Amino acid sequence: MTVADTAALVADAAGETPRRHPVAGPAPLRRRGGLAKYLGLTPFALYVLLFLAIPTVLAVGTGFFSEDGSFTFANILGIFEPAVLATFGSSFWVSAVTAVAGALVGALVCYAMLGTKASGALRTIVDSATSVLAQFGGVMLAFAFIAAIGGQGLITLWLIDTVGVNIHENGVWLYQVPGLLPVYFYFQVPLMIITFLPALEGLKSQWAEANATLGGTRWTYWTRIAGPVLAPSFIGSLLLLFANAFSSYATAAALISQGSQIVPLQIRSALISETVLGRENMAGALALGMIVVMVVVMWGYSVLAARTSRWQR
Amino acid sequence: MSRASKLAGPVRLGLAPGNVTRWIILGVVAIVFAIPLLSLLEFSLRDGFTGDYTVIHWTGLFDPENARPYRQLFQAIGNSFVLAAVAVGIVLVVLLPTMLLVHMSFPKLRRVLEFICIIPITVPAIVLVVGLAPVYSVVVRIFGSGTWTLAFAYGILVLPYAYRAIQSNLDGVPVVTLSEAARSLGASWPVVVWRVLLPNLRRGVLAAAFITVAVVLGEFTLASLLNRRNLQTAILQVSQSDPWVAAILALLALAFAFVLLLVIGRLGTVGNRSTS
Repeated sequence: MTVADTAALVADAAGETPRRHPVAGPAPLRRRGGLAKYLGLTPFALYVLLFLAIPTVLAVGTGFFSEDGSFTFANILGIFEPAVLATFGSSFWVSAVTAVAGALVGALVCYAMLGTKASGALRTIVDSATSVLAQFGGVMLAFAFIAAIGGQGLITLWLIDTVGVNIHENGVWLYQVPGLLPVYFYFQVPLMIITFLPALEGLKSQWAEANATLGGTRWTYWTRIAGPVLAPSFIGSLLLLFANAFSSYATAAALISQGSQIVPLQIRSALISETVLGRENMAGALALGMIVVMVVVMWGYSVLAARTSRWQR
Repeated sequence: MSRASKLAGPVRLGLAPGNVTRWIILGVVAIVFAIPLLSLLEFSLRDGFTGDYTVIHWTGLFDPENARPYRQLFQAIGNSFVLAAVAVGIVLVVLLPTMLLVHMSFPKLRRVLEFICIIPITVPAIVLVVGLAPVYSVVVRIFGSGTWTLAFAYGILVLPYAYRAIQSNLDGVPVVTLSEAARSLGASWPVVVWRVLLPNLRRGVLAAAFITVAVVLGEFTLASLLNRRNLQTAILQVSQSDPWVAAILALLALAFAFVLLLVIGRLGTVGNRSTS
């Protein structure tokens, strides 16, 4: 569909304005215009149906079927096997630790950004850098950390040379689950800055003035006014960070080539495994488990975001 | 501008950080965050494991003599750019007209559209790929197994970003008033969209296009699990045989995305200045 086609559809859609058809009876025209209007929505509806709705339903649905197509709860019950539960546990703690650490450091940076010019060079650079690191890094950030704290990494060698400490004394941990922590932290902080900075900037100067006029101090301002106002936004951002780490795959795949220690890697091995039959349906069950977690977390996020927007009107 | 005056208060009352505190925080964080990237740069300049430095890996990448060993790599980079172009096309041809239509004719559907566009955040790529595998077995039968078909899925991944970029522009433009004014002056609907609405939405549309390019160039999950070759899967593969080239490409890709987003940022501030 081209822009001109769309324009034609939009034109039909506008058929109900009397200015265009002053003579014709409005009722049948409106009906026809209405139909054409809805036609204009079909390309997008169809696209979303084919590449978002159907894949999501398939991802969730396949978990309920065995490889011969009969309905079964076996895959779903498979989630509760100790080995699989353990990967959910690893995913949880990696996500929780990096979300909390990222949120605290990110909030600190947001605080430091408070009072800088919104259209200034500093802000523009921070905006771009945070977007790149938060959303498009993946594999590349894994490489950066291998170069920094891998077995032959710059920082690793420097620490051995200067302080005599080998951070990999008990084996290189960068390619294990603990290795995910620094890399995830590295993209969580920028995401926190992106999501939390608008809330911090939404603090109205009148509140600070009122606090000062009523004899409040810096301490009372942050604990009694800014703190409670920012709390939902902070916790909401924390949830978003958790969801971000929980669903992140690229970094883990680049660092951990063997085994499936977290849920996304478990999905990988279920998808590409050719030795174990019916694993594809196991991937469906894992995807379902992941979606349940994501929906709960993102629901919490949207509730808190709605609370936050009350202050920003 | 209202933002600036909003900030003046806390600064004056001493509730924003002082200059010293600000630069200490920003400085420390900036240094910590620069270390991995600088390490990557340092690594790309290492001469094997001898400890000397060389630019041979940088020059080698662009040396025509090495075109053969790197052919697959360059092919994958080409794939990524084709994917980015098709994904931008999907945003412009499928998402943008729908957003205009909903904005002008279906105000009640705005919430629905917004909801649909943020679903990909809740249904991440690693979950979507499980359901996309069977969908793509059909896609391959219709369109062949070309890498570009992956762009259909990428169009979905970029929905949240593209939607937000266009919507924030759309909110600031009186679309209905403008189109009614143009219509009453005798413009046809194609002319209204092409010469009145799109010029006003240029900032949002450009931002959506750039952010789409950035997302597609960084995408790994779908390409790797659907067995397609793009920039990221090629970088990971080449890192096993030639880690220096992988490091160089990673740096270049990050720098390219950074510049794209910097341009979006500048577009945004220029636009703000002219509207206020």
